[in-house]
Amino acid sequence: MTHTLAYDLSHLLGGIVLVLSFALLYQRRLMSVINIYALQAMTLTAAALWQGYSQGATELYVTAIITLAAKGIAIPVALHRIVRQLKLHRAVETALGVFPSMVLGVAFVALAVLVVLPTTAQSQTLSREDLALALSVVLLGLLMMITRRSALTQVIGFMSLENGLILAAIGITGLPLLVEIAVAFLILLAAIVFGVFFFRIRERFDSLDLSHLDVVGRTQL
Amino acid sequence: MLTELLTPPAWVILLPLATAICLAFVRDHRQAGWINLASAAGTALLSFRLPWQQTVGALLLVDPLSAHMAILTAFVGFTTAWFSLGYIRTEATAGRLDPWHLRQYHALFQAFLGSMLLALLSNNLGVAWVALEAATISAVIVVGLSRTAEAVEASWKFFILCGVGIALALFGTIVLALAATPILGPGLPTMTWTSLATAGPQMHGTLLNLAFVFLLLGYGTKAALAPLHAWMPDAHAEGPTPVSAVLAGSIPGVALVLILRLRGLLVGNPEAISPGPPLMALGLVSILLASLSLWRRRDVKRFFAFSTVEQTGVAAFALGLGGVGATFAAILHLTLHTLAKAAVFQCVGRAAQLKGGQRFTDISGLLSRNVPLGLTLAAGIVAVAGIPPFGLFTSEFLVMAETVRLQPYLAILLGLGLVIGGWALITRLITLCTGPETPNPGPAVHWTALVPAWLHLALVLLLGLAMPESVTAWFAAIAEVAR
Amino acid sequence: MTALFALIAELLHMALMLAAAPLLIGLLRKAEARLMGRAGPPILQPVRDLIRLVRKQPVIAENATWLFRAAPTVHFAAIAAAAALVPSFTLGMTTAPMSDLLVIGGLFALARCVLALAAMDIGTPFGGLGASREMTFGTFAEPALLLVVLTLSLIAGTTNLDAIATLLRDSSVGLRVSLGLAMLAIFAIAIAENARIPVDNPATHLELTMVHEAMTLEYSGRHLALLEMASWLKLLVWFTLIGTIFAPFAIGSAEYPLAWLSGLTAWALIVLALAGALALFESSIAKMRIFRVPEFLGVAVLLGLLAAIFLFVSQGFA
Repeated sequence: MTHTLAYDLSHLLGGIVLVLSFALLYQRRLMSVINIYALQAMTLTAAALWQGYSQGATELYVTAIITLAAKGIAIPVALHRIVRQLKLHRAVETALGVFPSMVLGVAFVALAVLVVLPTTAQSQTLSREDLALALSVVLLGLLMMITRRSALTQVIGFMSLENGLILAAIGITGLPLLVEIAVAFLILLAAIVFGVFFFRIRERFDSLDLSHLDVVGRTQL
Repeated sequence: MLTELLTPPAWVILLPLATAICLAFVRDHRQAGWINLASAAGTALLSFRLPWQQTVGALLLVDPLSAHMAILTAFVGFTTAWFSLGYIRTEATAGRLDPWHLRQYHALFQAFLGSMLLALLSNNLGVAWVALEAATISAVIVVGLSRTAEAVEASWKFFILCGVGIALALFGTIVLALAATPILGPGLPTMTWTSLATAGPQMHGTLLNLAFVFLLLGYGTKAALAPLHAWMPDAHAEGPTPVSAVLAGSIPGVALVLILRLRGLLVGNPEAISPGPPLMALGLVSILLASLSLWRRRDVKRFFAFSTVEQTGVAAFALGLGGVGATFAAILHLTLHTLAKAAVFQCVGRAAQLKGGQRFTDISGLLSRNVPLGLTLAAGIVAVAGIPPFGLFTSEFLVMAETVRLQPYLAILLGLGLVIGGWALITRLITLCTGPETPNPGPAVHWTALVPAWLHLALVLLLGLAMPESVTAWFAAIAEVAR
Repeated sequence: MTALFALIAELLHMALMLAAAPLLIGLLRKAEARLMGRAGPPILQPVRDLIRLVRKQPVIAENATWLFRAAPTVHFAAIAAAAALVPSFTLGMTTAPMSDLLVIGGLFALARCVLALAAMDIGTPFGGLGASREMTFGTFAEPALLLVVLTLSLIAGTTNLDAIATLLRDSSVGLRVSLGLAMLAIFAIAIAENARIPVDNPATHLELTMVHEAMTLEYSGRHLALLEMASWLKLLVWFTLIGTIFAPFAIGSAEYPLAWLSGLTAWALIVLALAGALALFESSIAKMRIFRVPEFLGVAVLLGLLAAIFLFVSQGFA
């Protein structure tokens, strides 16, 4: 089996995204969870850039820029603000312990590998491995949504799931509508982040009255 | 490719979307209501021409299936906009929605309608996905409009569950594109229904299976098939009634159409799993779970939301049976149920305004002083329960007949579910209409407000009493396309 | 001739390891002290400590058995044997055929067991406490190490460290997700094995938290000197092991003495880099609670497992 640099690097970046997904599951502090999410988005940016370069596909650069600007920077900053302004619990509340969820996570990864492995025959190795990695990230995101109690961590789980989707999308040569899908997802994410905001206010004050929050009330999010 | 957007079929999509943008700038909610109605009427009129405008393009696909569903969605959109005119006026007078929320409501209503039509008429899986996502976001915002704790929680649940569904569907779409790439080459064709259909038989079986599982889970969430239905009752109970009426029919309808097209791909491929059993299983679970849950509901809108889950289950089950006959029955059932359920929700919305609450303890004895409303609601419930003069009896009978022919043992479960569900509906009908009367704090309901519901029920009745040759031929053509 | 070179390399390697171990610790302590804004002890301080300890008469508890007296020697011998097996600057040393990763793992386990037994021998509460904690950690660290070994052997087709390093140096195995995961796992294992922060704090004798120190609490004089030296040597062996597996690019071969030089430089750089990274890491995070350590090591196990799983993706189950 010969390995080209294109293969190695994209595979490695995909692997880092996956490891960061595990880090999200492992981390117990909310701020660190947000930071790891940002890091994951940045790794994804690098993966998109690299795929764009090695496939010669310009639209991947657009995807990369969107990923970096929105998910690497804007959303984490917004989440940090939300945590600070709403004075949320800094500890992650889990429905299932960290270690059992890690074990489940590995089981999910094994499942992803088992599911994707039979496709050996026809598709090229690159797509196959990327698909296995991406599916793992998707399943881990799902797991995080299930095993975490608070809305914010669930949302981060959702967003890391979405990172897995983008990872799958950039790995396939000539996937149409990539940018459009990325933008559509971005809108979804932004909406969800606002959703968290409103939801958390309700959880906290039992009303959505923005006057409870002087600072945020003025900025009218 | 983009010139396709200027052809007549595209107008059906562009009109509501353009109206949505305009409505965002209209301050007066009365004016907005009329514009909303006019645009919805225009969309419905435009959609009636779709069967004669069948096209297959890179972006749009107008075949009998999509044309039919588009007409249905546009028609329900039109009658609901009509209904919403009076309903929203009452809500605004009662002070439950302020002007800013009403502006959002009208704009989002049209945006929702336009996105649904786009999802139906698009020939591209990716575009359909984006459209469905846009529809979800608009519906979520509308559900949360009233800003009560329950409404926010409902819209949050709706958002998260459908968000996950939509994410899984995207993964399925990507895998499908990956499976198609070796045959169709990179580019737009890998996401186009028509070219996928030609490539279907040669695709890699395992990848196709993987795509199917994810798409089924994703769009199954949107179709509110059990056990993925959790968002539906909350969203129905908390959203403004017009939205419940549209939601009840269109989102599951659109999702089922997508699943139906996907079924065609799998059936054609020798290596792929049979799509029937998973669909039948999801359908049956929905029917049984929902019909049993019906007995424990206290909230009227939630009750009817579970009934929607049950009826969507029937359609999904019929789709799983396979074959032209069952598909015919499924499409017919979906159509009739969408019409009947929208009528029921319109009545329930009115009744809730009249009685000042939407629990069974609030709404009772409608027939004693609100005869038109009570009668219409009763007729609607009878129709949904699948009792003879109405068309749903025909469609359920057809589903049952096909089940007995193809899967005789499952007919027992199906029959059980339908009987339990129907029974629950009739039991509730009796308390709603003829129970002890509760006070009527809200404004009285004039019979003109019920005309849209009558229109729906008349259609359902007509199709139940006699099905003209041309209608049968039309449904057969749809089933043929979707085979 | 080759055999002679191999022998010379081996001897040189051992001498280097033994000489570098105290220096490494001195350097590490100095770096950490500076990072925390203290002046820190001189780099040669560990050497002086060692000399001082050797001169002193060991004090042995009355109820100590032969086990207590023999343990430091066996412990040190096991670590030293492991040190002899892990190639630093050149491959193909005399011990190369024996340098099996499983053997190395076994030697570490032996060292750990002996020490734990000795700690329980005199029956002080701290000894038993430390021993039980140490063994708990070992329960997690060893499977993790085995999984990493499994991954490496799947790539190289052998568990022989020398052969693995040769393969990784010569053929273009390239960047692999599995190797990355294995590396992360081995970092976690190394931290636990060497009783570093966040698993254990080598600089404290606080009874609530100490693990390794609790076991050596009763030792003094030359016994303590042996144990201290063994623990320093162990750290160096782990650094060398990581370098040999994950960065064998400049490592030499025994039959070309000139290539030793580049290997030597590379080794020195790797060890320094790892020491720097460790100093930075240790001074920036806090020690974790004892109960969370199994979780931390569990993550290492899972990473090892993941590494093995991902090998199956690229190689199939063949």
